[in-house]
Amino acid sequence: MSVTHRTADAPAIARAKAVHRHAGMKTLRRIQVGFTYVTLLIGAIALMVPFFWMVSTSLKTLDEVQSWPIVWIPSKLMWTNYIDVFDKIPFARYISNSVVLAAGGIVGSLFSASVVGFGFARLRFPGRNFLFFVMLTTLMLPTWVVIVPHFMMFNAIGWLDTFLPIIVPAFFGNAFFIFLFRQYFMGIPRELEDAARIDGCNTYQIFSQIFLPMSKPIIATVAIFAFFYYWNDLLYPLVYLQSQLNFPISLGMRMFQTAHWGDTDYPRLMATAIMSLLPCVVLFFSFQRLYIQGVVITGVEK
Amino acid sequence: MVKRMSKTARREAIEGFIFIMPWALGYLLFRLGPLLASLYLSVTNYDGSSTPQYVGLDNYQYLFAQDPRFVDSLRSTFQFVAGFLPLSLVIGLAIAVLMNQKVRGIMMFRGLYYLPSVTTGVAVALLWSFVFNKQFGILNAILDFFGIEKVGWLVDEDWVMVSFVLMALWGVGGTMIVYLAGLQAIPTELGESATIDGANSAQRFFYITLPMLTPTIFFNLVTGLIGAFQVFENAYIMTGGGPNYHTYFFGLNIYFTAFRTLQFGYASTIAWILFVIIASLTIFVMTTSRRWVYYASEK
Repeated sequence: MSVTHRTADAPAIARAKAVHRHAGMKTLRRIQVGFTYVTLLIGAIALMVPFFWMVSTSLKTLDEVQSWPIVWIPSKLMWTNYIDVFDKIPFARYISNSVVLAAGGIVGSLFSASVVGFGFARLRFPGRNFLFFVMLTTLMLPTWVVIVPHFMMFNAIGWLDTFLPIIVPAFFGNAFFIFLFRQYFMGIPRELEDAARIDGCNTYQIFSQIFLPMSKPIIATVAIFAFFYYWNDLLYPLVYLQSQLNFPISLGMRMFQTAHWGDTDYPRLMATAIMSLLPCVVLFFSFQRLYIQGVVITGVEK
Repeated sequence: MVKRMSKTARREAIEGFIFIMPWALGYLLFRLGPLLASLYLSVTNYDGSSTPQYVGLDNYQYLFAQDPRFVDSLRSTFQFVAGFLPLSLVIGLAIAVLMNQKVRGIMMFRGLYYLPSVTTGVAVALLWSFVFNKQFGILNAILDFFGIEKVGWLVDEDWVMVSFVLMALWGVGGTMIVYLAGLQAIPTELGESATIDGANSAQRFFYITLPMLTPTIFFNLVTGLIGAFQVFENAYIMTGGGPNYHTYFFGLNIYFTAFRTLQFGYASTIAWILFVIIASLTIFVMTTSRRWVYYASEK
């Protein structure tokens, strides 16, 4: 009797247990999601505080900057700070110098990284793995150990105070960019290459007419990386450039900062900083996916 | 047949060398050459205009025995690396694990967290110098809200390194995104089958996720190490090495020695010491990695 009773109810009990567990899982999942949101939100707010402070400061008067308790949101938004910058420093000139440096750096990086990356990914030659390893070791070579000889070298050939010491080396390859291109090219199926060879393509044609057109994501990624690098770089302009009219925005801002040492004109300085960061932020949000993809290739496949 | 094969192979090899030529030339011209040149300069006195004067190991002797600035650089740099690197590795991973969940709006969070790591350079250093401003900075204003007294973030010897670590952690999104990529490459079946076997989420994390993630941790460790040893810009803009040489990182020391006081020889000596430190630590991490880095696809 009891046996039949148990067998009759067993599926019901199991079902009840399952429903119960399901409900438990659901609550647990909700708590988990809630926790995630709250934590991420607090973190995001903390990370945005400096940006908020930058924007807020850039719209203040000098008096508001130097007041305690601090002014969170300026009473009157001083948009003129942004215009004043153009009078106070040769801002337009700095920006155009930065554009030239970044453009040169991007072109040079793309040329060298794609060509060399193709060589390492697709052509077999003796010592290839060894040379590739040598290339990767240069990643841990600090700039600091080569900067003095670089300076002497460019001084000797009369390149100081020009953009050449910054742009020309880009045409000789950067290990990180070469690595990105190589990883990408290795992922392109060999059959494509074989088919092209049968059709009579030579290596150069395969590179330029098959591989390059297929490489838009990696070209964009390297271009963005290179842009960030050359746009933001301070050290090389600091070492190589002397006349103010050749300064990029990074060095120009440094000049602006030290020109008013002690009594820094923070509102206009922040306005300058925002305008100089704007291209980076816009680029980042428009190509976020590509950019992150580039990071992924380096991080996971190594 | 054999002859024809070797002919195409030879042709491919020649083409290979042609394709890697830009890098090979660049390596000799901008890497190996300068590296050896600076090794030579490191045993000379050279002011940039006269000819370098060979002084044997005098520079190294001065550096280790007498130069107080070398001690400052050593302390500043190691303090920064020791403070920043472990925190960045742990916090980056924690955020990445949160970000790896499939919840609504996660893409926006990823963007926001990653953004600070793409905004770098002078603009950001200037921004932080005002965030950290003792009298009028926002950080002290927030602390004031909780009744905490003003901190001299950039002017107090005891706090300045904390400030540099904090600021560097602002860019933790860079580490996070690499972790995230690593997390997403882990096959979900592993976690699922472990759940069926009765593993709870902590067990899944420590016995599956973490071991599968060791290559990514390794990558973040090595790149973080190499980067953290070369800080320059932020200190140059925000403190100039102060207060009292407490942020006199190697980069700053080498820059000032070479381009302010024009001691190109001695600057090369310091640079070589930095290079030896970075190289030996990297090699050390790489050799130990065989013991703790796990490659699922090991061939």
